[in-house]
Amino acid sequence: MNPSILRTDGPGRFGGYGGQFVPETLVPCLQELDEARLAAAADPSFAAELALLSADYAGRPTPLYRARRLEQAWAPRARLYLKREDLNHTGSHKINNCLGQILLAVRMGKTRIVAETGAGQHGVATATVCALAGLECVVYMGQVDVARQAPNVARMRLLGAQVVTVTAGSATLKDATSEAIRDWVTNVKGTHYIIGSTVGPHPYPTLVRDFQAVIGREARAQILAKEGRLPDRVIACVGGGSNALGIFSGFLDDPVGLFGVEAAGSGLGHSQALGRGRPGVLHGSYSYLMQDDEGQVIPAHSVAAGLDYPGVGPEHSHLKDSARADYRGVDDAAALAACAEVSRLEGIIPALESSHALAFCKEQLAKEDPHAAPLVIVNLSGRGDKDLAGLTEATP
Amino acid sequence: MSTLLTRTVNGLRDAGRTAVVPFLTAGYPDLQTSRRLLAAAAAAGCRLVEIGVPFSDPVADGPAIQLASRRALDAGMTLAGAVDLAGHAARELGLVPVLMGYLNPVLAYGPERFGAACAGAGVAGVIVPDLPLEEAAGLRALLLEHGVSLVDLVAPTTGPGRLAAYGRAATGFLYLVSTTGVTGAGVGQDIAGYAARVRTHCALPLYVGFGIGDAASAVRVAADADGVIIGSALQRLVAGAATPDAAVAAVGGFLQEVTAAVAGVHRDSG
Ligand SMILES: Cc1ncc(COP(=O)(O)O)c(C=O)c1O
Repeated sequence: MNPSILRTDGPGRFGGYGGQFVPETLVPCLQELDEARLAAAADPSFAAELALLSADYAGRPTPLYRARRLEQAWAPRARLYLKREDLNHTGSHKINNCLGQILLAVRMGKTRIVAETGAGQHGVATATVCALAGLECVVYMGQVDVARQAPNVARMRLLGAQVVTVTAGSATLKDATSEAIRDWVTNVKGTHYIIGSTVGPHPYPTLVRDFQAVIGREARAQILAKEGRLPDRVIACVGGGSNALGIFSGFLDDPVGLFGVEAAGSGLGHSQALGRGRPGVLHGSYSYLMQDDEGQVIPAHSVAAGLDYPGVGPEHSHLKDSARADYRGVDDAAALAACAEVSRLEGIIPALESSHALAFCKEQLAKEDPHAAPLVIVNLSGRGDKDLAGLTEATP
Repeated sequence: MSTLLTRTVNGLRDAGRTAVVPFLTAGYPDLQTSRRLLAAAAAAGCRLVEIGVPFSDPVADGPAIQLASRRALDAGMTLAGAVDLAGHAARELGLVPVLMGYLNPVLAYGPERFGAACAGAGVAGVIVPDLPLEEAAGLRALLLEHGVSLVDLVAPTTGPGRLAAYGRAATGFLYLVSTTGVTGAGVGQDIAGYAARVRTHCALPLYVGFGIGDAASAVRVAADADGVIIGSALQRLVAGAATPDAAVAAVGGFLQEVTAAVAGVHRDSG
């Protein structure tokens, strides 16, 4: 468990996980960000500005859609709802966080934004809000992801962002994140780092969760309005964990089962920091981590670029240890199959990341007592257009 | 508290000597050559040496040390191996070794076991670039129990309040990161003003590192510092050498040039 040399208290701690394990150069600007975040939270005009953009620019609230054809195919007695984050402007939940952070960056007087991206969804959302705010934007993306998510690279460039290809290490999200941190250390004065998930040093895990919590607030109100009761369970995929914490946070204090789905990958490897890792420090926080006996980070693997990360947000580590949430794995093949099935049955092409949550939903329903009639919400975190090249290879 | 590191750096300062501290990634390009590079440093008159513990994801490092870390890991270097190498440097070469490495390998090894191993090997100090003040208290206390200093880094962005806190907590020397940036990117401007600002909050010897690429910049920095730390430039020499012999000759020659140039610097601060 928590090695005795680490603090278990203080801000940004989730039951001993979290913290601020970064070079000293960055600590003062993390403190500045924390102050800006708290000032914004106390300022009604910030909330009003964000709500207006969320509605008129991003298209919130997103629908909670009852997927009847999936119910018929998977479990006729179940009631299955999809929280349609894919319908956000830019095609995923990532815009929720980016809108919030760009408003903070402007308030802090920053003129330049850096970000990392895996699937390219966070990169596109960042490039979008930078266009909106008129700020310079540099996005770091691993070479492997640049190749497999080409449409998003083109979108970022069209939006005016500079996309920097990272060739170091595994050339995926982990290495893009390291490179974004190095840029930030170098250009710290005028630059804000819009991290794309509930990872990194404090205050990011809290900040990103709070901007994603709109998913859970809406979903809770919507399910109560439609069904008159809370769901039995909520399912979301977990990369760094932002869409999952966004929806979980609406139900944490309720008797609702919370399921996070990590990528079990294939023979090439996996991305199950929570399922198969052990606590350690990467990219600024103490959390479950894929690492070898020497404490070297093991590269992740997943068909879904957005899940292809060896770490996970510290709050998930706490939810795991406290058994408030359950974390399971779904492999590449099952995710690809779910993507194809949901596309054909519902006319919705889910992102490969979200397809992991859908595949788990199906698997769990298949194991259930056929007389049970569970009420389930799956967070459909993004749309799959970006994955078309890989999907058409995989599905005949 | 008096540690081996405190005694060493104070001794150098009292003797009016500006320390030239090479940083060498353990196991780069291989263990055997690492040992020879350390011997070359000792022969060039270096007393303190930083031994880099390779890590898979070195966020504070630029391309030269990233590459060295990758190669060293591929060649099988570990934290235990780096401690052994430091022990060799202390025992066989009379050097005072300081380890520099990221936190996660220390956590994986076990902090208590690590502290004992450092003490056993004669490691004088440990630098952990991803462990800022607020997170450092536990490891600092543990290492001090073993007589080993945790060496703190401060940056140009560190304000007066934090400098004062570092001044109270630190032992040995204080590591001034010369610039906002990663290793190897070039020395920051106005080291004199920066060092003077830090000295108002901290009485420890100040060692400046990050981006000192040649004898001329070492001399410039030495005018305002008690020590200069040279890392990326050395790993670049190793990377550019065709053979281990050439690497040892290049690093040894470079360090001799720098120690000679720095020895001629007259310093009136500190
Ligand atoms: C559609 C989609 N869902 C999920 C994720 C995973 O991120 P997180 O776990 O932070 O929601 C990504 C990341 O790129 C994504 O694009």
